[in-house]
Amino acid sequence: MTPELLNLSMLELSTKLVRRETSSVEVVRACLGRIEQVDAKVRAFLRVDAKGALAAAESSDARRKANAALGPLDGVPVGLKDLFLTEGVETTAGSKILAGFIPPFDATAVELLKGAGLPIIGKTNQDEFAMGSSTESSGFFPTHNPWDLGRTPGGSSGGSAAAVACREVFGALGTDTGGSIRQPAAMTNTVGLKPTYGRVSRFGVIAFASSLDQVSPITRTVRDAAALLQTIAVHDPRDSTSSATRAPDYLAEIEGGVAGMKLGVPREYFTEGIDPEVERAVRGAASELEKLGAKVVEVSLPHTRYALATYYLIAPAEASSNLARYDGVRYGLRAQGAKGLREMYCQTRAAGFGPEVKRRIMLGTYALSAGYYDAYYLKAQKVRTLIRQDFLEAFKNVDAILSPTSPVTAFKLGEKLDDPMAMYLVDVFTLPCNLAGLPGMSIPCGFSAAGLPIGLQILGRHFDEARLLRIARAFEREHDFIRRAPPI
Amino acid sequence: MKLSLEEVRHVAALARLSLSADEEERYRHQLSAILEAMEQLKALNTDRVEPTSHAIAVEAMLREDVVVPSMDPAKALANAPAKVGTSFAVPKIIE
Repeated sequence: MTPELLNLSMLELSTKLVRRETSSVEVVRACLGRIEQVDAKVRAFLRVDAKGALAAAESSDARRKANAALGPLDGVPVGLKDLFLTEGVETTAGSKILAGFIPPFDATAVELLKGAGLPIIGKTNQDEFAMGSSTESSGFFPTHNPWDLGRTPGGSSGGSAAAVACREVFGALGTDTGGSIRQPAAMTNTVGLKPTYGRVSRFGVIAFASSLDQVSPITRTVRDAAALLQTIAVHDPRDSTSSATRAPDYLAEIEGGVAGMKLGVPREYFTEGIDPEVERAVRGAASELEKLGAKVVEVSLPHTRYALATYYLIAPAEASSNLARYDGVRYGLRAQGAKGLREMYCQTRAAGFGPEVKRRIMLGTYALSAGYYDAYYLKAQKVRTLIRQDFLEAFKNVDAILSPTSPVTAFKLGEKLDDPMAMYLVDVFTLPCNLAGLPGMSIPCGFSAAGLPIGLQILGRHFDEARLLRIARAFEREHDFIRRAPPI
Repeated sequence: MKLSLEEVRHVAALARLSLSADEEERYRHQLSAILEAMEQLKALNTDRVEPTSHAIAVEAMLREDVVVPSMDPAKALANAPAKVGTSFAVPKIIE
């Protein structure tokens, strides 16, 4: 049995904390108890920091008592994908090459969460260096989907998604490079919000593909996603791509509804390979939004079918250079017994990286190598322009775009592990958004006959997160998905 | 698009990865299949298309040129697999 307290949303809990109907210490203890109860089966956490979380909760309770809360989420416990540097707390990015690494500083997003008083329960599991779509590529162990323990929770932020879904934490941060927050959100009945590229600082977030990575909240309600984004959407001079534009109040117009909005449904997103149950749920969601007053029209994003190839050239290319830093010199693993420096590099990387990371480093290195750069990497960057232009063209006519988040519901553990192309296809609807730098959300929009969650993706113009949240909230208000908890 | 074993070895050397014979063969097949799927991009004429390196226009961020404290060397070295004094220690570079 989940304690009733743990079914609250972040903002509901906030109200209870304000009224002193509970305390942050009580809530953190409940989270730790829940982890004790279910995490041996779900395996959402790589590391739980009970001591740190309780100390943060005690300080939070003291502030509440003195009427000096740091913000609405003061005292609300969250989880962090292991890609975020946390000062003094081991951070591995899900990789053996970083086992034992204790960061000397906090990521900006972590600093902001701590500054707003949120206790951090622990570090969640992920695909190694965020490369994967199922959390099975973690260097340590796979995470299980709380809706069906024989299935993956999606990935790469699968630990964060599973932890939020099964009530181990109230919300979490992950990252989204090609769908890594939206896709697991869709597979676990949670809300994932990937902000516009540059909206949240990447400082202190272990890099995968720097032109695509974005810090992303995952929560159980749309309002919580707004509140969590608000906490971290702050300009940071330490990240040269961090936007200097001030974030609006994301809750101010969130209840405003969709009347008068024009929403596009891209015909290229309903192709073969899409599960009919997913298609039905997503088309149903579009008609509901129409009943709520939006105008729904078909749009075309003609270069959609090139997005997968474009992404799997650009992201591995960027990853292969970002991961050059794991060389056994400054931190992490060092292979012993090597003759000379070069051999030490090669052996360290061979021992520390898992198969998917090696595959992408190889692919990226190939795409950047002499003689192939123009044919692969430069070509992909040009097609990226066409994909981006498709969206800008569509947004001249519509306010936002609706689509499935993932073509399929949660798949079985091991099912796609030996077939990289089949695994990559799971992200076919989420990748274009990252290539174009757009904000995108996934919200619960139904369940399959087998009881597996289905996600609706909403894509918007650059820096138009407030509108996405408003559309998402209008839909959420009509349903009880947020009250449905997994059978664990 | 079929990669040769020599190409796989060349790329692995560029990436500073020691691969087992097994891995070489596996990556040769998998990368060949992936690159074959990428071939579809060639169908697009991009002669007049500018490449996108960042989806959002990024301006050079400038700050005042003032000295700020750096990380304490002991802290920066705390995770080093090997160190000498205030330096990272590495295996012999010149044979």
